[in-house]
Amino acid sequence: MSESTDTGAEPTALASDTLRESIVDALREAIGDDLLESHLIPNDDLWIRVAVSAWRRTGEALREQGFDYFCFLSAIDWLPSPFGRGEDDPSAEPDEAETESKEMTQGYAGGATRFQMFARVTDLRRHVGVTLKADVDESMVVESWIPVYAGANWHERETHEMFGIGFAGHPDLRNMYLPGDFEGYPMRKDFPLLARMVKPWPGIVDVEPMPVDDDGEEAESS
Amino acid sequence: MTMLSERQQLSYIASQAADARLNVELETEGMTLNIGPQHPATHGTLRIIARLDGEQVIWAEPSAGYMHRGYEKLTEVRTFPQVTSLINRIDWLGSFANEVPFILAAEKLMEIEAPPRAQHIRTILFELSRIANVGLFLGDLGVQMGAITPVFLAFRDREYVLNLIEGATGGRFHPNFDRIGGLKDDLPQGWIDETRQVMKKLRGFCDEIEDLLFGNEIFQSRTRGIGVIPADVARQYGLSGANLRASGVDWDLRRDQSLPMAWDKVDFKVWTHPDGDSWARCWVRLQEVRESTKIVDQLLDTMPAGPVMAKVPRIIKVPEGEAWVSTENPLGEMGYYVVSKGDLGPFRVKIRSASFNNISITPWVLKGVYVPDIITILASLYFILGDIDR
Repeated sequence: MSESTDTGAEPTALASDTLRESIVDALREAIGDDLLESHLIPNDDLWIRVAVSAWRRTGEALREQGFDYFCFLSAIDWLPSPFGRGEDDPSAEPDEAETESKEMTQGYAGGATRFQMFARVTDLRRHVGVTLKADVDESMVVESWIPVYAGANWHERETHEMFGIGFAGHPDLRNMYLPGDFEGYPMRKDFPLLARMVKPWPGIVDVEPMPVDDDGEEAESS
Repeated sequence: MTMLSERQQLSYIASQAADARLNVELETEGMTLNIGPQHPATHGTLRIIARLDGEQVIWAEPSAGYMHRGYEKLTEVRTFPQVTSLINRIDWLGSFANEVPFILAAEKLMEIEAPPRAQHIRTILFELSRIANVGLFLGDLGVQMGAITPVFLAFRDREYVLNLIEGATGGRFHPNFDRIGGLKDDLPQGWIDETRQVMKKLRGFCDEIEDLLFGNEIFQSRTRGIGVIPADVARQYGLSGANLRASGVDWDLRRDQSLPMAWDKVDFKVWTHPDGDSWARCWVRLQEVRESTKIVDQLLDTMPAGPVMAKVPRIIKVPEGEAWVSTENPLGEMGYYVVSKGDLGPFRVKIRSASFNNISITPWVLKGVYVPDIITILASLYFILGDIDR
């Protein structure tokens, strides 16, 4: 199901594209139908979405295929922020035209759930990286990648703390940044950025009307 | 799987065996040693909790988070041009280099490219950040082992580089100079000649440090064979930059990926070292500063003429899409995964900073080392607190 956007690119793109397509094929061979969708930008980058039940197997398969450099692991919350971008005065009504779409849409390689895992691994010999994604189901638990990539340890701790996603098999999901008794998951979109809630952002000053625009009198009397 | 040198294999086995052997050989009561968060050797506020058996560490865990500023959340309420002033402060010693991958990611989504002159100047400023950052590391290294002189030399010569950065951008530490589509300004008059002079001075500084520090017997005995990281472990933990190259992995994002930057127009060597110990990490960094000065020299000679800003709309809206761009920053691979929903600001930015991965290996590498080596290993891994916590 490899869909490639803009296949009529320049001919030099071919060498690299066959490389990325072969990565998708090899992974499909290894994990079968658990490879759900892939998105390829020729000569640039590759996204693969897998079933969450195959998360660890995907890591193992890719590692065997030479992707042994662990880059990062994190999550995305696709819920549109209910608070806007905090640019405007919090007490003012949001401007309908300016607010972004309230519909939840997932990015490249699709998806169906609000939370998605994503991680990136690189093959240092073939000079190619791949971004993996997986939908996180309602149990909010994903297999830990520590047995595959030891470096995932801290990244999973961070993801657990910021998004509230659990990792089965992780030995130590302590908070990294926040106090141990902190409530809530700050990187979720429905977690308000409190600094913006209690005080308008100073940047708003830029769009305030000039004094003369207010009522003309003030500027003239002074 | 991976070819390891005999020396690497031996020290790998030794470090693995250390904690197994400890409790059998010495029936001593363990103690817990707390280093930091306020400690001169922690470059800020990294706290390390180490459990000791005698003089050896049997378990160590760094505790980060004393400087967490939540940049990933903050980027979601900023517009794209505003983000650079935040991410400047991630690795504060090489701050221009932080801006570049984010700007490149935004440009990738917008499908625009900076003009050649802007790419050239970007690359020069990027390398100057590296020299300022890693140059200070070379001096700071001595302090960790009780040598005071090198750090004064480093601060003296970093000042020349900071003056250059200030001359071009107006900011010594936080230039905030990179824009989507190019740069804020062109270079000032006389800057190119001055830079040539400074690069000469910096090469002299490298020679000085090499004689003073790397040739020093105490320095060698404190770093050689200490804190060995084999190549396959380094890759698994996602070590990057000089830490990865010091383990014998020939990988440099300046050379090994194509970016709209000027690195492909210059000739430079990517230094590696087969040993993977503290010494190798320091040595690779020393060579990198030298290479950087040569890169800057070559770029100054081939500077193209033309504008420094592409045509971009006044109000920048980035089209919907996702982009990952990473560059070889002074500390290692720094990348931004930018998700845009076609709005004024990013929907989600994942900041992959080098030090986070580089320091996450410490529980592994500190196992079995002696207490004074904790400091030298951490120094040689080289981290900036803001780059861990973000």
